[in-house]
Amino acid sequence: MAEREVVLITGTRKGIGRFLVEHFVQKGVIVEGCSREPLDWGLENYTHHAVDVADEVQVKAMLSSIQRRHARLDVVINNAGIASMNHTLLTPADTVDRIMATNFRGTFLVCRESAKLMKRRRYGRIVNMATVAVPMRLEGEAIYASSKGAIVTLTQILAYELAEFGITCNVVAPTPIETDLIRHVPHEKIKRIVDRLAIKRLGRFEDVANVVDFFVKSESDYITGQVIYLGGV
Amino acid sequence: MHNQEQLSRDTIASLVMSSLHEVLFQKDQPLPDFTNGSVNLIGRQAVLDSLGLVTLIVDLEQRLEEEYGVSLILVDEHAMSQRSSPFRTVQSLTDYICRLIEEQK
Repeated sequence: MAEREVVLITGTRKGIGRFLVEHFVQKGVIVEGCSREPLDWGLENYTHHAVDVADEVQVKAMLSSIQRRHARLDVVINNAGIASMNHTLLTPADTVDRIMATNFRGTFLVCRESAKLMKRRRYGRIVNMATVAVPMRLEGEAIYASSKGAIVTLTQILAYELAEFGITCNVVAPTPIETDLIRHVPHEKIKRIVDRLAIKRLGRFEDVANVVDFFVKSESDYITGQVIYLGGV
Repeated sequence: MHNQEQLSRDTIASLVMSSLHEVLFQKDQPLPDFTNGSVNLIGRQAVLDSLGLVTLIVDLEQRLEEEYGVSLILVDEHAMSQRSSPFRTVQSLTDYICRLIEEQK
């Protein structure tokens, strides 16, 4: 069994996911990650899997690989997600399926298969990603926010179901951050969101990492089913 | 790891029994009399509670993969909604696993 902690992060090709990979590699732990597309970067102590998180067989194969090579999994960060900003009346049904598949089904599958590994050592930390768009009820984000709202509910129920196995499940809900996810959102709209926050600035990757660090600490074994919204929503 | 070809019905039945024994042992429960083959795993007069069933299913998936290189997901919509659940007895669970492995070939 690996002596160092093993951390799995989904959606690592860019943005927050890539930042979290670098963040955890710097801590000296073993980091595994995935994205649908191949990477155009690499890092020592990081292993990448080309996996669509919505694909049950691919997710199981990735977790089997982690079990075979490390015989442990300590932390999972479900970061993989896609967005589509549009008025509900202009949203195609296929878009709804696509967003729910990656954001909700993908998070569910990774949680389920990861928990099976974590259960063996009766220890695990699961952190799922939501968004401030859920409590802010942002217009134009009905489907994206709904998929993340589903993740919040999933996480809170998992917290009860997995507590028995020493696994905690929590959510970090970022504000808009300068990533590809909001690249096509008009500047004025982002500004209106930021103006509604208690702390009026865009989020930073470091803000997300800070909350993740708190949730995944071994000392956080009495903290589960919680949602931390950044920026003061 | 054993060869997948070694996975006879008897082997799978032994695997199910061994995992079941382990689950009951962990829960400090006495072993029921399996000789008449009608011991219920779930439902009325079941030997497992819901958490016990979870542990049994996850343990079986992991042992099938690690000991025989067979990667199965035992829960699927069909199985969970079948009126006669494949998880109800050792025998039905053994039959169900055999069928899934056969379908994979």
